Amino acid sequence: MSAPPGEDIHSEAFLHRLMREQLRLSVACAATFCIALLGLPLLNYFFPELMAKRVFGFTLSWFILGVLFFPFVWIIAYVFIRRSLALEQKEIKRAQGPQ
Amino acid sequence: MSLAPFFAEGSSSVIEVLKRTDPWILCFSLITVVATIWMGFWSARKSKTASDFFVAGRGVSVGWNASAISGEYLSAASFMGVAGMVMKNGYDALWYPVCYACGYLFLLLFIAGPLRRFGAYTIPDFAEGRYDSALFRKIAVVFVLFIGFFYTMPQMKGAGTTLAYIFPGLPYWAGVVLVGAIITLNVALGGMKGITLVQAFQYWAKMFAISVPIFVLMSVYGGYHQHLAANRTSLDAPALMETAHSVEGGEVLRKEPPPQAPKDESWISPFGSLTTKAAAKAGLKPKDQRPYSLLYTYSLIIALVCGTAGLPHILVRFYTNPDGVAAKRTTMWVMILIGVFYLFPPVFGVLGRNWLPDLYAATGAKGTDKIVLELPRILNEKYGPWGSVLSGITCAGAFAAFMSTFSGLLVSMTGALAHDVYGRMLRPGASADQRLKAFKVATVLVGTVAVLLGTGVEQLDINFMVGQAFAIAAASYFPLLFLSSWWRGMTMTGAATGMLTGGLLALGGITLTSVSDLALQASLARKSVNHLQGLEDFWVHHPMVRIFCEQPAIWAVPLAIAVMIVVSRLSSRQLPADVRMKMLVLHAPEELGLKQEYIQEHQPGH
Repeated sequence: MSAPPGEDIHSEAFLHRLMREQLRLSVACAATFCIALLGLPLLNYFFPELMAKRVFGFTLSWFILGVLFFPFVWIIAYVFIRRSLALEQKEIKRAQGPQ
Repeated sequence: MSLAPFFAEGSSSVIEVLKRTDPWILCFSLITVVATIWMGFWSARKSKTASDFFVAGRGVSVGWNASAISGEYLSAASFMGVAGMVMKNGYDALWYPVCYACGYLFLLLFIAGPLRRFGAYTIPDFAEGRYDSALFRKIAVVFVLFIGFFYTMPQMKGAGTTLAYIFPGLPYWAGVVLVGAIITLNVALGGMKGITLVQAFQYWAKMFAISVPIFVLMSVYGGYHQHLAANRTSLDAPALMETAHSVEGGEVLRKEPPPQAPKDESWISPFGSLTTKAAAKAGLKPKDQRPYSLLYTYSLIIALVCGTAGLPHILVRFYTNPDGVAAKRTTMWVMILIGVFYLFPPVFGVLGRNWLPDLYAATGAKGTDKIVLELPRILNEKYGPWGSVLSGITCAGAFAAFMSTFSGLLVSMTGALAHDVYGRMLRPGASADQRLKAFKVATVLVGTVAVLLGTGVEQLDINFMVGQAFAIAAASYFPLLFLSSWWRGMTMTGAATGMLTGGLLALGGITLTSVSDLALQASLARKSVNHLQGLEDFWVHHPMVRIFCEQPAIWAVPLAIAVMIVVSRLSSRQLPADVRMKMLVLHAPEELGLKQEYIQEHQPGH
C-alpha cells in the first residue's frame, strides 16, 4: 500500500489529536449546558424569592425552565454541529494532505 | 380489574358502554387506528427482506428520519403523562419535558457520531464489535428487554386510560388488551420499514393534536401565563375577590380545587409534592424536607438526561441515516421538533388545574393522566359539540403516541429476541425464511408479556414509569456507550461488570419502590391489609433510602462508570490488540474510508 500524501492516519499522534479535539468540543458544549441545567435547582434552593418573581405571569423559575430552556439547547446543538462538521473537514484535509 | 360484571350482563352492557360514548371522540380515534394499520399493511408489501425488517434498508432522508425519531420518542408519557404530572405535581414535573428534550443534546455531543461511524445495527451489535465478544453481546441484549418492558408499561397505561375515557365503563384492562393486540399484529406484519413512514406521519399528527386544541382553549379561557398567575404564592398580592365556587384570580376564572389537590404555593414553586414525598412521609418539617427534595431533583435530572442517550429503540434509528453528516443534521431537527412539542403538554396541566380540578379526587385511569383527553370537552358548555371534536383530536393524538412508541419498542425488543437470541444463540444456521418467522413469533411473545405487565400498573403515573425506564438506561447503556466511545482502556470484563452492577441495582431499587407503591394503593382501594406494610414502614423511617431506590441515577451512574474503570484497569491484559484501529473507526471522518479497511482486516480472523 502506497503511503498517503498527508499525515499517517494510523499513527498514534493522529488518533490522539483527533480524539482530543473532538472531546474538547463536546465537553465545552456539555459544560455550558450542565452549568445551566444543574445551576437552576441551586438557584431555586438558595434564592427562592427571586425565582418566584413574576415574569409575564409565570414565576421566573417556571419561565426559564418551561420556555427559555428549549431555545438555549438548540443554540448549543447548532454551534456544536457547525463546529464538528468543520473539524471533520480539517481532519480530512490533514489526512489527505495538500492536493 | 373487574372481569365479572363486564361480561356477566353480556351484550346489554356493551350497548350501555356504546350509548355513553361520544361519537366525535370515537370517530377521530378510529380514523387514527385505521390509518396506522393501513399504512402498516401498505408498507409491508414493500419490505421483503430480513434486512428491510431490521433497519429499513439504511437510507432514509433527514426530514423523514427526524420526524420518525421524534414520532417514536414522543410516547404516551409526553403526550398524556407530562400534562397529567404537571397538573398533579406542578413545577417539579417540568423537569421531565425539559430533560426529555435536552437529553438529546448529550446523545449528539458524545454518542451519535462515534456510533454512527462504527456502523452496527443495534447496541448489542456495537457491544460485540467493539470488544470482539459474542458473550458480551448476550449480556447487552438483556438490557434491551429490561428497559423495553419498563417502557412499554406506561404506553399500555396510556392505552387503557384512553380507551376507558372513550368508552366510559370499559374496564382499564380491556383497553390494554385491545390496543396491545392491534399493535402487536401490526408490527408482526409490517416490520420497521412501515414504522419509519408511519412514525413520521404520527409525529405531525401528535403535533397537530396537542397544539390546535390548546390554542383554541387558550383563546377562550385565557393564556398560559394568565392561568399560572391565578396560582398565587405568599409573595404575590392576594386575589381581588373570592367566592365559594370560583376565584377571580386577576384575569381568569378558576374552579375550586378539591382537598386532594396541592396548594397553590407548593404547586407552582420548586420542591413540591413530587420531590418531597419521601421526606414528607417521614414526618420531617417543611424546612428539613428541602435538602431531600434537591437530591431527588438532581437524581431525576441525571436519569432523564443520561437515559435519553441510552435508550435502545432510539439509537437504532441513527443507523437509518445515509452518513454521519446526515445523522448530525437529523439530531438537530429532532431537538427542534421535540422541543417545540414539549412547550404544549405543560399548558394542558396548568389549564387543567384551574378548570378540571375534579380529576385530583380520582385515581388510576380516571385520574390526572387523562387531562389531555378530557380538558377540551369543557368547551362543550359554550360551543356545543366543538369541545367533543377537539377532545376527539387529542384522543387521536394519544393513540398516535402510544401506538408509535409501542411499535418502536416492539421492533427493537423483537429484533433482540429474533436477531440475537434466535439467530445467534439458538439456531445460528437459520434460513432467511426461518428468521422472518422467528421475528413474527417473537413479536407476539413480547406483545403478550407487555400487555400482561400493562394491566398491573393502573395506579402508577405514566410519566413516572417512563422516568424509571430512563433511570435504568442511564445506569446501564449510557456508561457503556460513553466510555466505549471515548476511552480506549475499557475492556469487555470492565464494561460488562459495570453495566450489570449499575443497571441491575437501579432495576432492583426501582422495582422495589414500584411494587411497594402498587401494594399500598391496592390495600387502600380494597381497604385491606397491605402485604408489604413492613417495606412501607421502612421507607417512612429511611426517606433517604427511599429516594435512592426510587431515583437511583445519582449513585448508579457514577457507580457503573467507576466499576467500569476499576475492573478495566485490573483486566487490562484483555485489551483487544487492534484497539487503536477501533478508536480510529469510531472517531475518524467517514470520508477517510477506514470502515472498509477495518472490515477487510477483520474478515480472515472471524
